[in-house]
Amino acid sequence: MEQVPILKIGQTLFVSIQIDLLDDSVIRLQEDLADELAATGAHGVIIDITAVEIVDSFIGRMLSTIGSISRLFDAETVIVGMRPAVAITLTELGLSLSGVRTALNAEKGLEILNGKS
Amino acid sequence: MDVAGTNTRMANYLREHQDKVIGRWSELVVTGVRGRTSLDEVRRDLADLYSLVIRVLSEADDHAAGELRAALDELSRARARDGFTPSETALGVFSLKDAVYELVADAAEMVPEYLTFSRMIDDLGLRTFEAYSAAREQIISDQSTAMMELSTPVVRLWDGVIAVPLVGMLDSARTQLVMEKLLDTLVATGADHAVIDITGVSTVDTEVAQHLLKTVSAARLLGAECTISGIRPQVAQTIVSLGIEFGDIATKATLADALALALHQAGLKVVPR
Amino acid sequence: MDELPIRSGDDVVRVRQQVRGAAAENGLSLVDQTKLVTAASELARNTLVHGGGGSARVEVVKSPNGRTGIKLHFTDEGPGIADIGLALTDGWSSGTGLGLGLSGARRLVDEFELNSKPGTGTSVTIVKWSR
Repeated sequence: MEQVPILKIGQTLFVSIQIDLLDDSVIRLQEDLADELAATGAHGVIIDITAVEIVDSFIGRMLSTIGSISRLFDAETVIVGMRPAVAITLTELGLSLSGVRTALNAEKGLEILNGKS
Repeated sequence: MDVAGTNTRMANYLREHQDKVIGRWSELVVTGVRGRTSLDEVRRDLADLYSLVIRVLSEADDHAAGELRAALDELSRARARDGFTPSETALGVFSLKDAVYELVADAAEMVPEYLTFSRMIDDLGLRTFEAYSAAREQIISDQSTAMMELSTPVVRLWDGVIAVPLVGMLDSARTQLVMEKLLDTLVATGADHAVIDITGVSTVDTEVAQHLLKTVSAARLLGAECTISGIRPQVAQTIVSLGIEFGDIATKATLADALALALHQAGLKVVPR
Repeated sequence: MDELPIRSGDDVVRVRQQVRGAAAENGLSLVDQTKLVTAASELARNTLVHGGGGSARVEVVKSPNGRTGIKLHFTDEGPGIADIGLALTDGWSSGTGLGLGLSGARRLVDEFELNSKPGTGTSVTIVKWSR
């Protein structure tokens, strides 16, 4: 099982998903993020999916779940770097990714978290 | 009637008179195409088909029938691409019957063989008609895709603001294209606001509204906010009467209004010098 | 034609990779590749989670007017689907459930065929054509 590293920079947790995650790794990531949010009191989570080629309903649900978990810790989640092909597919699938914001890249994601948008 | 025997006899007859029949067939076909193909080219194509026909009649192997169908389909597609009419291609196939008939006309014992053979060629000729139709449809579909590509520009209105002026009808194929171009441009320019202008969209009904909503959803997944502009008065009434809800998507009458909104949301103000 | 077992999460990932490869090699656009692989992921996952494991087959096909397509066939010998109509309705917001992957996958492909009977398992066949 792959453990996805979580970086803390200031009040924000950064996660970058680089590979095709197995189910165990997905669940592990959710748990690790919950732990980190509780331990650090971070205000925001940025999940970078620039390298992700496929987002199916399972991954989509994970992203929404992470958004819900973050909110319980009074933190906001921003998904950044979604590929056009993935966005079009998700729209067709009817997945709304509720509970999370989205941005083109990490920089814009940070602007959202810092209240500039 | 012993069909297999009849066909075998026809196959042998065709083999025996091969050169003469192919020669006559080529002449008839060349007259039909009115000089668009050379006699040699025609002879080569027909010789291939001829040997396939013999193989099918003599039931030499299982693949012959499939190969003959494939060869005819390919011929029809090529003729469709080169602008021949479906009749011209079908008549070309039918003229094999004429070429053979000229030879058997005086051979009374070949009548049953000729009748079965004639029916087989009729089927093949009709088949070329269907293959031609399918090929033309594919060509038309390819051309309309090319046209759609040309008529879907995405323009940059300002830093961070892009616009997609839609013209004509918005069906699902067009929507796919618009979504792809819009999203690629968002990534390329780093824009965070997109204005979709529908002034030029001929009909706005429930289906078109769904397409617009899908496009906005997709753009939002890339962090862009969207405004729909170009709502004409009659369109506004149609939308309301159809019960279409644009929810939290901003809509404006003109592209200018939408640009003003986008600039405002970007924290910009336009002041006189 | 490739036959792939679906018995674990690793297998689902392998199915995705195989389908991606076949789609790319046969002229499907990037968006169409993504849609097909996503549909395959949904169906493979269904086979694993609800079907108790099964297999997938990847086939390259040709249409009568010369277009190339990818045909995928998923089978399992699981409990089967009691109410197919219900399974195919959109059920995104209702949380977990059998229907979620199916209705979504159907929208992503050009052809979709589902056969299932309680007790005899499920088979789903989908086709995506190049444009």
